Amino acid sequence: MTLIRTGLMLLFLLATLSSSGAGETDLRGMIAKFATAKGFSEIGAVVHELAAAGDPAVERPLAALADGNLYVRKADSLVFVGKEAGESVQLSDPLSGKASGEAAKDGITKIKVNNTLRRVIRDALGTLTLGAKDPAVRIAAADTMFKTPDAANIAPLDTAIAGEAVASVKALLEQARAASVLVSDRPEADKLAAIALIGARGDRDAVSLLTSVVANSTDAVRQAATAAIANINSTLAFWDAGQNVWYGISLGSVLLLAAIGLAITFGVMGVINMAHGEMVMLGAYTTFVVQQVIRTSFPDLFDWSLVIALPLAFLVAALVGLIIERGVIRFLYGRPLETLLATWGVSLILQQAVRSIFGPTNQEVGNPSWMSGSFNVGQLAITWNRLWILVFALAVFGILLYVMKRTPWGLQMRAVTANRRMAASMGIRTPWVDALTFALGSGIAGIAGVALSQIDNVSPNLGRGYIIDSFMVVVFGGVGNLWGTLVGAFSLGIVNKFLEPYAGAVLGKIVVLVLIILFIQKRPRGLFALKGRAVEA
Amino acid sequence: MRGNFSTITKMFSAGAVAAGLLMSAPAKAADDTIKVGILHSLSGTMAISETTLKDAMLMLIDEQNAKGGLLGKKLEAVVVDPASNWPLFAEKARELISKDKVAAVFGCWTSVSRKSVLPVFSELDNILFYPVQYEGEESERNVFYTGAAPNQQAIPAVDYLMSEDGGSVKRWVLEGTDYVYPRTTNKILEAYLKAKGVAAEDIMVNYTPFGFSDWQTEVSAIKKFGSAGKKTAVVSTVNGDANVPFYKELGNQGIKAEDIPVMAFSVGEEELAGLDTAPLVGHLAAWNYFESIDTPENKKFIADWHKFIKNDKRTTNDPMEAHYIGFNMWVKAVEKAGTTDPDKVIDAMIGVSVPNLTGGYSTMMPNHHITKPVLIGEIQADGQFETVSRTPGLVMGDEWSDYLPDSKDLISDWRAPLSCGNFNVATGKCGGKGTN
Repeated sequence: MTLIRTGLMLLFLLATLSSSGAGETDLRGMIAKFATAKGFSEIGAVVHELAAAGDPAVERPLAALADGNLYVRKADSLVFVGKEAGESVQLSDPLSGKASGEAAKDGITKIKVNNTLRRVIRDALGTLTLGAKDPAVRIAAADTMFKTPDAANIAPLDTAIAGEAVASVKALLEQARAASVLVSDRPEADKLAAIALIGARGDRDAVSLLTSVVANSTDAVRQAATAAIANINSTLAFWDAGQNVWYGISLGSVLLLAAIGLAITFGVMGVINMAHGEMVMLGAYTTFVVQQVIRTSFPDLFDWSLVIALPLAFLVAALVGLIIERGVIRFLYGRPLETLLATWGVSLILQQAVRSIFGPTNQEVGNPSWMSGSFNVGQLAITWNRLWILVFALAVFGILLYVMKRTPWGLQMRAVTANRRMAASMGIRTPWVDALTFALGSGIAGIAGVALSQIDNVSPNLGRGYIIDSFMVVVFGGVGNLWGTLVGAFSLGIVNKFLEPYAGAVLGKIVVLVLIILFIQKRPRGLFALKGRAVEA
Repeated sequence: MRGNFSTITKMFSAGAVAAGLLMSAPAKAADDTIKVGILHSLSGTMAISETTLKDAMLMLIDEQNAKGGLLGKKLEAVVVDPASNWPLFAEKARELISKDKVAAVFGCWTSVSRKSVLPVFSELDNILFYPVQYEGEESERNVFYTGAAPNQQAIPAVDYLMSEDGGSVKRWVLEGTDYVYPRTTNKILEAYLKAKGVAAEDIMVNYTPFGFSDWQTEVSAIKKFGSAGKKTAVVSTVNGDANVPFYKELGNQGIKAEDIPVMAFSVGEEELAGLDTAPLVGHLAAWNYFESIDTPENKKFIADWHKFIKNDKRTTNDPMEAHYIGFNMWVKAVEKAGTTDPDKVIDAMIGVSVPNLTGGYSTMMPNHHITKPVLIGEIQADGQFETVSRTPGLVMGDEWSDYLPDSKDLISDWRAPLSCGNFNVATGKCGGKGTN
């Protein structure tokens, strides 16, 4: 592999230095070979040949090949870049990109690629796109070259560094050059300087590179590299702790979302609602339906699908909650065991209903673009979807707190919780407060479903996974206290994520459960115990 | 193999039993039909995977009836719902055999459900066709295993990753859900890798609970393990439900298949249907069948399936092919034996050869496992797999792994005069015990 790559780079270098880049006809001749290449090794040979031509024009066909978009037309064995459009494929010229009509799917064959080929193409493109106009492409190129260092890269990188205007890209290019110096036969002093530069980068890729350097180099270089690795690792250990806190917070936000509706139905009303998880599931399915409608009718709105799904999911879940309260639960107030069994039955009915309507398989809920990918803060990788879920969970919590503390409805809710009979004597229609409170709790579970559809399966079993965790959070945090739920969710999340790397996910969960049992023994009412007459009643 | 536990499910198993009884409603029909039992969960956690197999069986039985039935009689499907409840599997199996008098049963998915029905099948002497890839270390007289044994999936998959085409992987993460199938498979793989010269510090084994949904720590541990300057790959025996969040996290943390490929044994077309596969292109799976296989038999099978299920979007998968093979083998064996009597059919099954959907023939071996090709596929943006490697010939299912010290001396041969599922060649006695 390395040999081939070195050869390739040398060829490329020769091609660029003599500035006699292959002509368009030559390139077309090479591309035409894809039509007859059999197997990955032959396709790979054509890729190498194309990359060696050193003409930036080969970027289009190579990138298309890597994405699986390069086709051969069966009728005349010509090679095209294809873009799927429904039942047919739109063809365009592999070099000029000019549209060349359409073809039926069975009239063309896709040129196969595998991971190894994709990597070869990526490396080849890395060198070719060093001079690209878009800084993001140049950053990607520098990144690729850093990860696959090669002595032959030094010269093109030197040219690129000299011409680079953006400071951040320049730093990356210099790191890529340093990586290449390490695998070259440059003098020791150069290599030591390179290690210092890479050591300053301080991420996992740097460790990875330096580890491979340690294995085969002179004593001085090895010592410097070992020292740099130790240095990076000690910094990374600090970042790892930060990473664990972030993972914990993010798990906590998911727990909070799942539990916050339950904090109202169970915490405030005292109803053991086993169908709570199914409200979450209904919210997720509402998101799915909204996305289906948007996909077929308004594809431009896809990025807004979650925002559109939020109120709908709230309404759907709240309505189902209202029906459950009016139809079942109101007859069972004060009989917790019967409520538990009845709501369990309701949860089975809801699950099977969804299974009958949508089928038993998972449904695909897409991530809008603003919820995909990740960004780095120092060495901390933060994924966008987790960040948005955290923001969303806190927002829901804030709104709910406002409703409970600042609105007349919230006041009535709290009054009914504190002393039902006294509230009734004051003229509050307690049955309606109960119904609306239950609907509110269910609705909140529904919008939690919108968020959870982004990170979990959308299947009829979705709710099952969250019901136990939700009860755990509410009981731990203190029944009837929203702040308790918040603190409970985040502390459980963080403890869980700190235990996981040491104890493993299975044991970690068990340890958390044991800790909660011990805690409840000590403080039966949870973290924030509710005070008042209702508690003693 | 796959499965899902829930304490709540167990607590309320009584309710599920009632639900199951309501749903079964065995049909009373005249004696001129041959009854075939279908024992797949239609409710509960496993319904997600097993319902499809029930439908596939109904389709196969319909087709056989359209061809004129079997031995001049029509086939009749008896569908029961064991509701993802393992003890209920045994009850329902007993009901199918004793009450409905079925000639054979096609069913089970999780290893624990298979283990739970084994005593019933040997006691009442009936036949079970088990269509899912599993951990091996078992060979029963009354069971025919049409899914893959570890050597028909796990070992060739690891071989591929070690080859130059697969990226010459040197460092391994064995990531699995915490139950019998991943644990046994990983034990076999660990022994195999060590035999191939992989150092212990280059293997990381990690387990997560069922339905695990928060993969942040695990994925970043994989990233960390992969930054040791050696090519790293993940071999995943993660259970169906937990896969979606696992792959979503991989995509979001930017782990590309070119850098750290994930080779999965439990992810098929059905699981991918719930995912946006664009960030996952290039991750791998090892099966004996892919929907994308381009053979006339497969095209017909897919067309028939879409027509039967009345939905063009439904995918086909490996266990469906296993049922296709198993059902056709049973039909052939019954025709050969001239009767549906289980004893005669069990003897007639060995050596029966039927076309599979990947352009070859599968044969039932004396150890009750079948021969299959092993395919390695890469995930494509359209949710299908592209075959990137295929074993040159058929691989024979090896029930007792050669890489585990407990089972390396065991063989299985159900032909007379040996007629033993766990014959120890070292001691010359029948009745050895394997791992698990």
